[in-house]
Amino acid sequence: MLAFIVRRLITIIPLLILISIVSFIVIELPPGDWVETRVQQLKLAGATVDDTEIQRLNSQYGLDKPAYQRYFRWVTNMLQGDFGYSFQWNQPVSEILIERVPRTMLIAVLSLIVSWLISTPIGILSAIKQYSWIDYLGTFISFIGLATPGFLLALILAYGALNILGFSPLGLNSIEMIDAPMSIAKLVDLAKHLVLPLIIVGLTGTGVTIRVLRANLLDELKKQYVITARAKGLTEYQLLMKYPVRMAINPLISTIGGILPALIGGEQLVSIVLSLDTTGPVLLRAAIAQDTYLVGGIVMILSTLALFGSLLSDIALASMDPRIRFGGTSK
Amino acid sequence: MTNTKNDLLIEVKNLEVHFNLLEGVVRALNGVSFEIRQGRSLGVIGESGCGKSVTAQSIMRIAPTPPAKIIGGSIRMHVHGEEGKQGEDVEILELQASGEKMRSIRWKHVAMIFQEPMTSFSPVFTIGNQIIEAILLHMPELDEKQSRARAIELLGRVGIPKPERLVDAYPHQLSGGMRQRAMIAMALSCNPKLLIADEPTTALDVTIEAQILELLKSLQAEFGMSMMYISHDLAVVGEMADDIMVMYLGQVMERASRDELFEKPLHPYTQALWRSIPRIDGGQDRLEPIAGTLPSPFSEHKGCPFYSRCEHRIKDVCDVQRPPMYRASPTHEVACFLYKD
Repeated sequence: MLAFIVRRLITIIPLLILISIVSFIVIELPPGDWVETRVQQLKLAGATVDDTEIQRLNSQYGLDKPAYQRYFRWVTNMLQGDFGYSFQWNQPVSEILIERVPRTMLIAVLSLIVSWLISTPIGILSAIKQYSWIDYLGTFISFIGLATPGFLLALILAYGALNILGFSPLGLNSIEMIDAPMSIAKLVDLAKHLVLPLIIVGLTGTGVTIRVLRANLLDELKKQYVITARAKGLTEYQLLMKYPVRMAINPLISTIGGILPALIGGEQLVSIVLSLDTTGPVLLRAAIAQDTYLVGGIVMILSTLALFGSLLSDIALASMDPRIRFGGTSK
Repeated sequence: MTNTKNDLLIEVKNLEVHFNLLEGVVRALNGVSFEIRQGRSLGVIGESGCGKSVTAQSIMRIAPTPPAKIIGGSIRMHVHGEEGKQGEDVEILELQASGEKMRSIRWKHVAMIFQEPMTSFSPVFTIGNQIIEAILLHMPELDEKQSRARAIELLGRVGIPKPERLVDAYPHQLSGGMRQRAMIAMALSCNPKLLIADEPTTALDVTIEAQILELLKSLQAEFGMSMMYISHDLAVVGEMADDIMVMYLGQVMERASRDELFEKPLHPYTQALWRSIPRIDGGQDRLEPIAGTLPSPFSEHKGCPFYSRCEHRIKDVCDVQRPPMYRASPTHEVACFLYKD
């Protein structure tokens, strides 16, 4: 098991290097750089900017160096915990990350849990009662989940919450609570504000999970070992949970790796609509303003976290399935 | 068939099972009757789709429903009481398939080994785990440690080397033959009175097959079980069974003791079967396939199901009415109008 984890950790390194290169290219892709954007803004505002000032800014941020040198400077600094400086926020990028990334991860992980809690029972019921009304209902829910864009749902639900419940779902805390010290009341307030984002972000994953679980379980239910278990005299519930469900869940665990980035992506959009102060709105604004280091930092951190998420799911999978743990190949 | 009633273990009468499929109704079993007495073994032989496995699954009530549906008939089983207690006769078809009574009969009184040793065990639990599960379920007098000891003992008995180590092996770590041995150990774990073997050697190679058959025979004697041995291989059934039942399209064509059936097959279908297999003594020049093809499983037969392929068919007799069982000797019955007298 330890050898398996070490093996998987080593394979992560080249992936991280690849991600950093891609992040850097994404940063560099748009024409111009932050200084140019800034100068444009100042000129539009009527201010004059002299060339020496531009020169000074360029050399200060290394913008006059060739791209590969800037890349290596960025990466070596990042390894030391220095993610650069946000021109836009006048603040080190790492400070913004520390404040915002945990919130994004909180919403992504909680939505994953919520979506599992909703989808697992529906998926199982759909499969064991195939072609019943509950199956059709499950299928209906999952298609809605798959087909509705998160931001649209966010708008509709936010409208509904405000107009019908009289509750403003915007932000992670009510305005009067934002600066209050941590307390039970503030936590309750946070929980209330989390309900909507979790439903919206989770729904995408829910649809996928219901479909995958239903299909897997239908396959597993036909297998011989289920008949063996029934012949042994186990109750239907005992044998269902111990044998086919256990097998049907395996592919689900391995999809965490794929769902996590999708959830993070979904979280970004929903956060923008519901103006949650997570990484979503920051990333969008930083990208528009070409706030190079901030964009790079956020993309890098979120990708890395998604990577570790999929590593965790692999480890969970290996601990559940001996065939993976022992590197077995036979079916 | 002539023996006294009190050593009767299971008596199946006019069992009818239908498969309701989208394409139509398949009459999987069309009035199947037979009995198995204590300590005896019944061989069931027939082509694919003749209803061999459905018969076995119906006895344990594990046929997948839907599509399988038991339409009628009766399966009476003598269920032995625990030590000192009186046994009772149970009508299996009156029980709820997933009810407590039926579940207590499964594995404790009737156990089964299956055709596919590769998939009969769940791949994510150890062999030991799955055997111990059955023991704990049906032998409440044993605790976890004793159950494990029993599992190891059984694994050793069925010829698995180093059972104390392989009890913790996962199915994929064993070969097909070893897995089938482990399956047999699991089937014996609760001392069943009847062991149903549903083509247990079909997926194995010939040398392993011989070993498994030898093992099953010695275990049957040792455990004093009855056995129902299902196969499409005449030689294997001849090896394993005291009595043999020949099935065709969900019906019993002929039922006899092994020797009578091999020496003097009566039903034209059985005779045709015998002519279609090679003999080691080379007593025949060429193999004769059975004429015609198997009718569609959806077709309905008013008369004998073998009518369209039979060389002795009697027009306006065999195709009009279903032949009843005629008794040719005390231990030989055949469903054919040729033996009316």
